[in-house]
Amino acid sequence: MTAKPTTVRDTSLFGWWRSAQSASQERFQLRLESLVVLIGLCIVMSLLSPFFLSVSNFLNILLATATIGVLAIAATFVISSGGLDLSLGSVMGLSGVVGAYVAVTIGAPAGFGVLGCLVAGSLAGFVNGFLVTRAGVPAFIVTLGMLGLARGLALVISDGRVIYGLPPELIYLGQGRPFGIPMPVIILIVTALVTHYILAFTRFGRYTLAIGDNENAVRTSGINVERHRLILYTLSGGLAGLAGMLFMARINAGDPTAGITYELTAITAAIIGGTNLFGGRGSILGTIIGALIMGVLQNGLNLLAVQSYYQQMAIGAVLILAVFIDQYQFRKEAKV
Amino acid sequence: MSLLKLTNIRKSFGAVDVLHGVNLEVTAGEVIGLVGDNGAGKSTLMKTITGMYTADDGEITMNGQSILDLDPGKRRALGIEMIYQDLALAKQQDVASNIFLGREPVKKFLGVLPGMVDKRTMDKKAQQMIDRLGAHLPSINRPVGSFSGGQQQTVAIARALTFDPKLVIMDEPTAALAVREVQSVLELIRSLKAEGISVILISHRLNDVLGVTDRIVVLRQGVATTNLETKQTTMTEVVSAIVGGNDMAEAAAHESAG
Repeated sequence: MTAKPTTVRDTSLFGWWRSAQSASQERFQLRLESLVVLIGLCIVMSLLSPFFLSVSNFLNILLATATIGVLAIAATFVISSGGLDLSLGSVMGLSGVVGAYVAVTIGAPAGFGVLGCLVAGSLAGFVNGFLVTRAGVPAFIVTLGMLGLARGLALVISDGRVIYGLPPELIYLGQGRPFGIPMPVIILIVTALVTHYILAFTRFGRYTLAIGDNENAVRTSGINVERHRLILYTLSGGLAGLAGMLFMARINAGDPTAGITYELTAITAAIIGGTNLFGGRGSILGTIIGALIMGVLQNGLNLLAVQSYYQQMAIGAVLILAVFIDQYQFRKEAKV
Repeated sequence: MSLLKLTNIRKSFGAVDVLHGVNLEVTAGEVIGLVGDNGAGKSTLMKTITGMYTADDGEITMNGQSILDLDPGKRRALGIEMIYQDLALAKQQDVASNIFLGREPVKKFLGVLPGMVDKRTMDKKAQQMIDRLGAHLPSINRPVGSFSGGQQQTVAIARALTFDPKLVIMDEPTAALAVREVQSVLELIRSLKAEGISVILISHRLNDVLGVTDRIVVLRQGVATTNLETKQTTMTEVVSAIVGGNDMAEAAAHESAG
């Protein structure tokens, strides 16, 4: 008898949660769990550290997340289409070096430096896409090869040295603060909004998810899957180029070793944000929240003066936990 | 009047000749059963009709016009729909996304941004189509992978019917279904016929084929060998045409029993 009201309240609470969940999924393509985790994490951190809850600290977190965030957006596009891009970090490093080479060594105007980053990244992505779609080499192998190729090329171009001394306009893109907000944060937000719109609301985005879900279904619908994949890899490379530009501008140098292992962090952010590693599901807002979860975790542990070794462990644990929760939910959904 | 006409269709993959000159004619509102043993070329033939494969030789016309050079998307726009045996559904996407895949209606977001998929219209039309089929789905906003086999079949059929097809090709639509669901699929084929839509039914379940078709075409080793009026034929005759006369009594007895 006493158990009955409890059950009723439970279901209503559960029902409310379910409807909120599906609403956020439908409107924003965002899994609510990740947002809850992020907010929970922020509450815990602000209880533990008096320095956490401040505007400047939040801007710090966003600034630290900007580069990884852009890379994670790239990872989301490719992974949700059932592909994989392991070359993100290397392409980012290559792009920064090309940009710095164009702007410093050649001495071209700053605009060409930006263009150099984006073109270098897109080209590397195009080569990835071309090899995956036309030559039929598995994405894992192609992008693993590109990981080495792009890194090596970055070292060749820069002769293994860091290229210092960017023009002030480029530095502004990394260090400027219009209205007190760091430029990389602004660029991340704009990029995220545009790409979220593309992935969640356009035909292009729908085909991306559907290809990751069932390539044949898309092909029989008369859509050119190979061309779509080629565009996705090129886009991924271009975004890696943007990340390379942000990083270069922030440290005021083209560093050929920039972005080593960043691809793994980017993929982690995408997966924590709800992207299905095997394709078919993913959203940019989710990915940004995934990146922020990692950023907050890192920032909080820093403020608490926890050794950085433990931070790596924490992020690894969060990744596994996120996928576990996701799988658990999905299995339960499938049963209902 | 002939809707679709295939003349002397040939197709080979490398050294393997699959189709050696197939002739087939479908009139409007006609239900044709396409039967044949495994490897007879049924699926290849259907894919040359939908445009997934290009025929090496021969001619395909729809309403008298050649469609040989058109890609799958254009042939679909002309009214040729195919429901694949594996249904070709994107299982993590919802009902409307699957029904409208490749043909999403778009509008402008806030009146400016182009190319926003009009999800509300999609959902509304998807629900209408599901209702029209008299089917019940738990919710059209759920991923189709969470539905039963029959419900997924319903989504696949709804997708084929949403864009007013003239010809629907069904590849083994009843193979994986429960008995009650088989009946509703057969009923659906009859109502398509009543609406003047032609159907090509590929099936190994000869009882279903005999029950619902007007004509049965037997494909054997890449040639349409036999053309039978369903009303005037028997299971034995169909089976003998499929296996080519040998051991037919035994095979027919087995099919009848099954």
